[in-house]
Amino acid sequence: MQASEADLRALMIASLDGDKAAYRALLDAMRWRLCAYFRSRLSWDAAEIDDLVQDTLMAIHNHRGTYDRSQLFTAWSYAIARHKLIDHFRRSGRRQTVPLDDAAALFVTDESASVDARHDLEKALQTLPPATQALIRDIKLRELSNAQAAAARGMSETAVKVALHRGLKKLGAYFHGEGGPK
Amino acid sequence: MSDDLLRTLSADLAPVSRWTVARRLALGMSGGVIVSAVLMLVLLGPRPDMDQSMATAMFWMKLAYALAFAVIAGFAAERLARPAASARGWIKWLVVPILLVIVIAAFQLAGTAPAGRTAMLVGDSARVCPWRILFFALPPFIGLVWAMRGLAPTRLREAGAAIGLAAGGAGAFIYALHCTESTTPFLAIWYTLGMAASAALGWALGPLVLRWR
Repeated sequence: MQASEADLRALMIASLDGDKAAYRALLDAMRWRLCAYFRSRLSWDAAEIDDLVQDTLMAIHNHRGTYDRSQLFTAWSYAIARHKLIDHFRRSGRRQTVPLDDAAALFVTDESASVDARHDLEKALQTLPPATQALIRDIKLRELSNAQAAAARGMSETAVKVALHRGLKKLGAYFHGEGGPK
Repeated sequence: MSDDLLRTLSADLAPVSRWTVARRLALGMSGGVIVSAVLMLVLLGPRPDMDQSMATAMFWMKLAYALAFAVIAGFAAERLARPAASARGWIKWLVVPILLVIVIAAFQLAGTAPAGRTAMLVGDSARVCPWRILFFALPPFIGLVWAMRGLAPTRLREAGAAIGLAAGGAGAFIYALHCTESTTPFLAIWYTLGMAASAALGWALGPLVLRWR
């Protein structure tokens, strides 16, 4: 769904007045945005992301009365997501800082394009063996070094490089050849 | 992710009033104020010269000063109970009562012989005044913490400071009904200090007590 701030805010205001269809559309749009948001700062652990997205959607629901109609809806919902993310870090005992002012980066108008891209990439990754998937996520998406990834997986650095090269080649073939999105 | 959740949530949708936040904060605040008022009447009692003092400007100025803090900080809290909202628009209004009281205090001090100035500044109760204000701020503070936890503050220190200051204003208002000090310099220093202490308490406790789920 290609929803802009203005669209989302209109849906939210209709929802506050009790429009269930608008609300359903809003939650649907938010679900993908939240997925992308948590993925970009957390991991690709699907269950973890799923929990956070559900938690956040429920918080949006339970606290919808705190939305001020003159406020940016994306800023409001993003702040809730960030609150949930910090909570998650606290619970899991990880000390991490969550940058405050990157709402814009995630909720720019054409942001759903990057959500779609993530979605496609995720599908493509599913076609690879699990070990290779993990390597690509570590190195290309979470920006670990080859050596760090090697240590984390108990592999030699050379083995990591070879597996990564093969995996990326396969991904390239996926996107350019059959089975690709275009 | 389950479509069930989305279906459940949208089925559960009921219209929401624009006054949800204000109403809840007002509820927490008034509960606390009632408790504080009862505590004041039981522990200290109203000032014995209430009838005469009500005819003086100073009586009303103390109440107005405290009320201004409670109201301005209360509006700030109403903003800070919302994710991503800012209270700067409200907080800056605090300069009005503060400047006003400082200017009046300066005139009163200037019009007093140097020998009498110390008495004007410390009165009879400077030692206990800020502590008592802080004490009577606690019940409204607790009420406001309860209210905030049901809302969604995301700047927990700022939200804590705002409800702390609002509670401080309420505590000062109630204490002013007992306190017999009658100079503006006293008000400017010790009342402000008591309310600021309450705000500081909120600032310190915010991240601990205002987390919501």
